[in-house]
Amino acid sequence: MPILEVQNLRKSFGETLVLDDISFSMEKGTALSIIGSSGGGKTTLLRCLNFLEKPDSGIIRVNGETLLDASASGKADFQRNIRLKRLHFGLVFQSFNLFPQYTALENVMLAERMLAKEQPDWKERKQARIREIREHGEMLLKDMGLQDRMNNYPHQLSGGQCQRVAIAHALALNPDILCFDEPTSALDPELTGEVLRVIRGLADRNTTMIIVTHEMTFARDVADYVIFMDGGVICEEGDPREVFSNPQQERTRQFLSHYSQ
Amino acid sequence: MDFSQQFPIVFASLNTGFLQTLRLFAITLIGAIPLGLLLAVAEMSSFRPLRMLIKTIVWIIRGSPLMIQLLIIFYFPGLVLKNPIWGSGETGRFAAASVAFVINYACYFCEIFRGGIQGIPVGQEEAGLVLGMKPAQIFFRVKLLQVVKAIIPPMSNEIITLIKDTSLARIIALQEIIWAGQSFLKGSGGISGAIWPLFFTGIYYLAATGILTIVFAKLEKKLSYFR
Ligand SMILES: Nc1ncnc2c1ncn2[C@@H]1O[C@H](COP(=O)(O)OP(=O)(O)OP(=O)(O)O)[C@@H](O)[C@H]1O
Ligand SMILES: [Mg+2]
Repeated sequence: MPILEVQNLRKSFGETLVLDDISFSMEKGTALSIIGSSGGGKTTLLRCLNFLEKPDSGIIRVNGETLLDASASGKADFQRNIRLKRLHFGLVFQSFNLFPQYTALENVMLAERMLAKEQPDWKERKQARIREIREHGEMLLKDMGLQDRMNNYPHQLSGGQCQRVAIAHALALNPDILCFDEPTSALDPELTGEVLRVIRGLADRNTTMIIVTHEMTFARDVADYVIFMDGGVICEEGDPREVFSNPQQERTRQFLSHYSQ
Repeated sequence: MDFSQQFPIVFASLNTGFLQTLRLFAITLIGAIPLGLLLAVAEMSSFRPLRMLIKTIVWIIRGSPLMIQLLIIFYFPGLVLKNPIWGSGETGRFAAASVAFVINYACYFCEIFRGGIQGIPVGQEEAGLVLGMKPAQIFFRVKLLQVVKAIIPPMSNEIITLIKDTSLARIIALQEIIWAGQSFLKGSGGISGAIWPLFFTGIYYLAATGILTIVFAKLEKKLSYFR
């Protein structure tokens, strides 16, 4: 059973159709890379998966459970249990979106603490839970190579370090699927390497990921599957080696030619 | 009476007046901050008529002199409605002045709060949402401190202006420090024709604004650990 199934997803902003009948699925432990020209709808797709946008129609299913059947559901349905639905996904933003008043470690711990607080056993196990959450946060940051930076505030960190904190942030609640929206686009070229290395490490450990990126070499090397989006539709998809070396569609060829020079 | 004889009398009178000034100042803050917050929340509501209503009120209050508002609030019930709710004593004048100041300053604070809240990048809210946080958690744990930091400079401006604005209540004969100083011009406590007490009130304002400036600078420094 695929971990994620997206069927006939449609989304328009006013008159503009931004996602036009998007369908795909992915297996647990694989990395899917989405490439495509600017304005193609990649960000909107990730935002729909994370329930930051309400699709006009379509189905989102995770582990066989239908999280969203947009054509059937009204606004109230979309909002119902939206927090629980969101927890299936993690999202790493292009602009990091760390919380500036918290240290790297506090950033990573915050969401888990908020969730733990809602558990009935929070009061009696408070100290132990906080210690567990702290250890978990420290482990995640160590994993990101930030053991020396845990107590720094975001403004004291480089862009690459911020983005790695953001990845730890997104991993803290163990999402089924981790989404990246151009995680290196806001970074200086010399800082992209460290972030890509971390994502590659996640791929090696079979983290289920959707990566929207303009780093074509990276997409080709890391992804198990690639989708090329243009004008709100999936133009071409398949094995990255196939799509990159032998694109079938004229549009894909055109797009990739910009990157080969 | 020479200066050394006048001074203790004037000093005592100015102190009493300044106490009234400080009372009006405190009451205004205590009333206008929560009311301003309420107005700000209403102004960000998704219900358009409510937004329009708040915008209109804010425009009228900020667009007209506080002195006129004081006069209207103080005289309108008695002279026009023939229902003198404020009575004739100092207590009534203080109540009327408090109402005028709270409404006036709530409108200024409202705009500062709204600007502060809306100035927080949407990314902060969205980051909280994808982490499964509730809207209330996002407001209190993520946004609030950033808003506080952002509004300290404009709030300190307004609050320093407020301490000086309290003198406008002189127009309805509230016995604040300007009233007290001026009384020695006409004659009070055996002193008349003395202008220096009025000038001397400036020292009180300078002391108060000086303290406020220091307090706000401290607060700003305290929140300078993040950006
Ligand atoms: N909130 C919005 N309101 C109106 N139009 C929007 C909104 N968000 C996105 N769009 C439009 O939807 C289209 C797709 O945008 P989207 O950001 O998903 O593209 P993208 O593939 O991520 O592009 P890029 O590579 O530049 O990030 C664009 O034409 C954009 O102008
Ligand atoms: Mg985008």
